[in-house]
Amino acid sequence: MTPDDWLESATADAGRRGLPDLRAALEGLARAAGLLRAAEWNDDDASGGNGRDAGAPAPAR
Amino acid sequence: MTTAAPLPALLDLARAIRAGGTSSQALTEGCLSRIRERDRSINAFITVTADAALEAARTADAELAAGRDRGPLHGIPISIKDIFDVAGLPTTAASHVRRGHVARHDATVVARLREAGTVFVGKTNLHEFALGTTNEESAYGPVHHPLDPTRSPGGSSGGSAASVLAGMAVASIGTDTGGSIRIPAAACGLVGLKPVFRDVPTQGVVPLSTSLDHVGPLCATVADAAAIFRVIADAPGFDAASPPAVPSGLRLGVPRRYFFDLLDDEVARAFDDTCVRLAAAGVVLDEVVIPHARDIAAVYLHVALTEAAAFHSRTLESQPDDYTPTVRMRLEAGRYVLAEDYIRALRGREVLRREVTAALEGHDALLLPSLAVPATPLGAATVRVSGVDEPVRNVTLRLTQLFNITGHAAITVPCGTTGAGLPIGAQLAGRSTPGLLAVAGTLESWIRGQAAGASA
Repeated sequence: MTPDDWLESATADAGRRGLPDLRAALEGLARAAGLLRAAEWNDDDASGGNGRDAGAPAPAR
Repeated sequence: MTTAAPLPALLDLARAIRAGGTSSQALTEGCLSRIRERDRSINAFITVTADAALEAARTADAELAAGRDRGPLHGIPISIKDIFDVAGLPTTAASHVRRGHVARHDATVVARLREAGTVFVGKTNLHEFALGTTNEESAYGPVHHPLDPTRSPGGSSGGSAASVLAGMAVASIGTDTGGSIRIPAAACGLVGLKPVFRDVPTQGVVPLSTSLDHVGPLCATVADAAAIFRVIADAPGFDAASPPAVPSGLRLGVPRRYFFDLLDDEVARAFDDTCVRLAAAGVVLDEVVIPHARDIAAVYLHVALTEAAAFHSRTLESQPDDYTPTVRMRLEAGRYVLAEDYIRALRGREVLRREVTAALEGHDALLLPSLAVPATPLGAATVRVSGVDEPVRNVTLRLTQLFNITGHAAITVPCGTTGAGLPIGAQLAGRSTPGLLAVAGTLESWIRGQAAGASA
């Protein structure tokens, strides 16, 4: 689930729960999640496509 | 705008009690008198324990007269944030959610302070459940800055800071999850200490975020903070009375990148002046870098809100309308965090911890401003800084939350005032709490600009 998909889903759920004012806080979290996912310490993936050995730590910037 | 009078140091008052210049009863009566005079407009206290305080003060005086001296805190009137359990009193956390609660036991910190002979004058107002930096969202109303009632004293331990600045307590005990001791201490011209994570027990404290919560003092001087830390901490062997060394030979790391990107002009000038004074005293200042500093807020948000939501999930369902609206929304947002993003934040936390440790390598401490802006106006959603309107919450947390993420010790010391007389603080961060207190104690007079020969 991408941060955009998550935001859409969470906002819809908040609306169903009668919490439309939650949207601003959720938008902040979506931006923060995007930053975390873009950080290189999270750049490992299950495909091994990044060329690193399994279980190897992300390199320091 | 009121001008701040110099605050009496706890240790000076302790000496005065022993020299017969004052008594615990006189100090306590003075604090209670100022509470009666000023707290209707400041609103620092949720509960005032006048009768119990006077009784404890008389007991302290009798014990000291009989030769039983429990140490420097004996007979000193202090306040405590209303997030700590005090047996027989409500722990409101400034929320209607806690309506009807009465603590059965003292929090560990309260018990230690009581054993040290401290006198509790009352429990202070805070940002509801400590989830905010302005003290505006409280079931008991906002706290007003003692120097300017149109401004916030900072938060979440805002009532604590205001009570000390207004002379309603000699010191206070607060909690710090993202800066909640250091932010109000800086805004009110106090020393505020966030010890190393788990140096001070949190048993009996209403949690906000269990892996970020810290307990520490707000007070007049670094030596006062050391004396309180010695009583409340699990730190055997720490000598709070050790004499300060000379600053020559100390080496500090200054992380300018990111931390100076959003800084009020007067805060920047006061901090730069502090650096000049320290350099003139022989302190070596090196620029250091926290490579992933731009990710601090994202890591913090995911850890803090997720842990807070876990604690509040039941009452968010059963008593949603008992929360103030903004705090409720923050907590509700935490319930939507994906587990995978929380794990990513925990990885980021380890990266940041290693980077702070690396920046400290070869340095006695890190030095940076405590609060990017002076005390903010009550009711302001944003504050203009570096030509940009930024949310108050983001700006006020910006320089402090890193050390909650990493668990390093951090302390704010007053370093100047704005043209309007609002206090500005400088922050030191270090590996160990006793080590940081020693460095801060050594540098305090230079940071404040009070050292002999220091430029004004």
